[in-house]
Amino acid sequence: MSGDQQSVVSQRWFTHAVWAITALCVLWLILAIWPDWLVGLLGRKKVFVNALLNGITLGALYFLVASGFTLIFGLMRNVNLAHGSLYLAGAYIGFEVSRVTGSWVLAFPIAFIAMAILGIILQVFVFRHLDGQDLQQTLITIGISIVLADLMLWRWGGEFYQIYAPDWLSGPVETFIQSSLSRRTGEPIFIKYPSVRLFILICAIFIGLGMWYVLNKSKLGMLIRAGVDDREMLAASGVRIQLIFVGVFAFGAGLAGIAGVVGGTFQSIAPGEDTRFLLSSLVVVIVGGMGSIPGAALGAVLIGCAEQFGSVYAPTYSVVLTFVIMVAVLAFRPQGLLGRD
Amino acid sequence: MTYAISTKRPAQEPPRTLAHWFDPTRIPAHIWVIAIILLLVPTFTSEFTQYQIFGWAFILGMISLSLMILAGYGGMVSLVQMTAAAAAGYAIAIFGTSAVTEISFAWPWPIAVIIAILASVLVCVISGALAIRTEGIYTIMITLAIGSAFFYFTRQNYTVFNGFTGFNGVQTPVLFGVNWKEPTPFYYLTLSVAGLSYWFTVHLARTPFGLALQGVRDNPRRMAAMGFSVNAHRLAAYAIAGVLSGIAGILLVWSTGQISPNTGSVGPIIDILVITVIGGINRPIGPFVGALLYVLLRTYSLDFLNAIGLDGERFKLVIGLTFLVIVYFSPNGICGIWDKHIKRLWQPIKLEEHNG
Repeated sequence: MSGDQQSVVSQRWFTHAVWAITALCVLWLILAIWPDWLVGLLGRKKVFVNALLNGITLGALYFLVASGFTLIFGLMRNVNLAHGSLYLAGAYIGFEVSRVTGSWVLAFPIAFIAMAILGIILQVFVFRHLDGQDLQQTLITIGISIVLADLMLWRWGGEFYQIYAPDWLSGPVETFIQSSLSRRTGEPIFIKYPSVRLFILICAIFIGLGMWYVLNKSKLGMLIRAGVDDREMLAASGVRIQLIFVGVFAFGAGLAGIAGVVGGTFQSIAPGEDTRFLLSSLVVVIVGGMGSIPGAALGAVLIGCAEQFGSVYAPTYSVVLTFVIMVAVLAFRPQGLLGRD
Repeated sequence: MTYAISTKRPAQEPPRTLAHWFDPTRIPAHIWVIAIILLLVPTFTSEFTQYQIFGWAFILGMISLSLMILAGYGGMVSLVQMTAAAAAGYAIAIFGTSAVTEISFAWPWPIAVIIAILASVLVCVISGALAIRTEGIYTIMITLAIGSAFFYFTRQNYTVFNGFTGFNGVQTPVLFGVNWKEPTPFYYLTLSVAGLSYWFTVHLARTPFGLALQGVRDNPRRMAAMGFSVNAHRLAAYAIAGVLSGIAGILLVWSTGQISPNTGSVGPIIDILVITVIGGINRPIGPFVGALLYVLLRTYSLDFLNAIGLDGERFKLVIGLTFLVIVYFSPNGICGIWDKHIKRLWQPIKLEEHNG
């Protein structure tokens, strides 16, 4: 018995050590100026850091989409395959708002509210009637997403749209990361990065931390977590659980709308983006663990980085890398990296 | 033990001889009627109808039939069947003859056909192996993710899959002096293959394997307790479904002569699910009914929508709304509506239909 415990402790210690060394290596890769042999091995440091930052910011976008999806699934066991349509509809609405009012910031609350209302309609008129019927829910939300996709194609056509960031966020900003030393003066050259992406990354981190705080530290979060564990019991103890369901559904759908505005700002809005983001949030949630917010964050950053590093270092096989991550997780930890059994 | 076996087969049932199998009276009358009508279709329809409507419906029906085996008999809604068909199509283009001579091996078509079916089975079995560890809704998500990964991979890869353009000019074989790409021969080719797969699927349900598979669907824990390997049955179901979708994928490429990543993109993947559900996901005839309706809607929605004053481009809207209405009111699709409201009018309900 004590021997077992001993081995568990030493195993844990070993795992921690491996993680610490990996983290230190990554930190060194980011902060240090690369020696020549490393440049020969991996190419210029600027490319590497850019891929890393792109991966993390893309992960932030994926997190915004996937966290709503996983929150809804975790609490209500509702599989909303129209989540991608909510993303795209939010993007189009944000685009219209920013075009009409000229305000980028205003696009966020309006897209959030519009998608939250759509989410409430979905919850009240579809999911409430199909509680516990997984396959029915999936099929109906697939039907809804087909209809919504065609309605949006009807309204906005097949063109590409872009939401423009305001002036105070346009252009690159200098980060603290050094890429190399200047050959002439010997002074370090700092890597520049688009400020709007960094801004969105910071916002996503705040949203994630806020969700974590509300879920883990507030009374509302306590109710939601209790609902995840045993909603019959929660309903029996007098909590108006349908109200919580509607609220969480509206919040998750609204997050998809916000993510749409974000995606429309640093990528583009076009038909087909709905399935793309639905699929990426599926993969993120499968990798991270269904129903887990930290899992969604971890999965989003992993998948975002895999896509970006893949497209830089192995352009043909970037999808395969994502796929391999998913397969590996399914093979060794079917419930997802941070999922519960 | 002997008693248990004797109850399985009542004494009054005659022993099954070869004559029993070929006894025409065993087949119900309505099947004879449908079969004769289908055989006579080329005499009274245009070549367009034979090729573009019936041929296409049979092919889509077979792919959906492979999904029906998994979903109806096995309880696993796999969205990887279109991907498996696309894999078979790619294999026939790569190993057979196509216009992309720098990639295609131009091997004889029987070899290419065998490789293509194996490719489809391989895709199905690999996806199945990943998906059977999970249940219900996870299966849909995982297979959808696998299918889209295959789509993006074929679109990015130029050395094997020829990237965005894919393959064109794939040769349909000429056998017995018949060019099977001609509308009427192609109609009979797809009809016979689809008929065989339908017959096979109907009989699969009554084989020991099919019964065990349905047992696994209904109660995996009890089946495991009885000594059946749940995962092995599920995996074998994937392999069987892979054979059917592989054959359908070959016919798909032979009918159009080309294959590209879009053949297996998310749209067609969802279409297969839509077709199967519209028709009826729990019986073998459902996929073909759904496929015929789908093809008819797709072909004639343009005229129909123009006639009622709408834009002809809104085909997806029609399909989506039809799908929503059917799913909402009849989870068993058109077959369910048939059983509930029409068949009842002149026939007493059979006992076995209460099981579902």
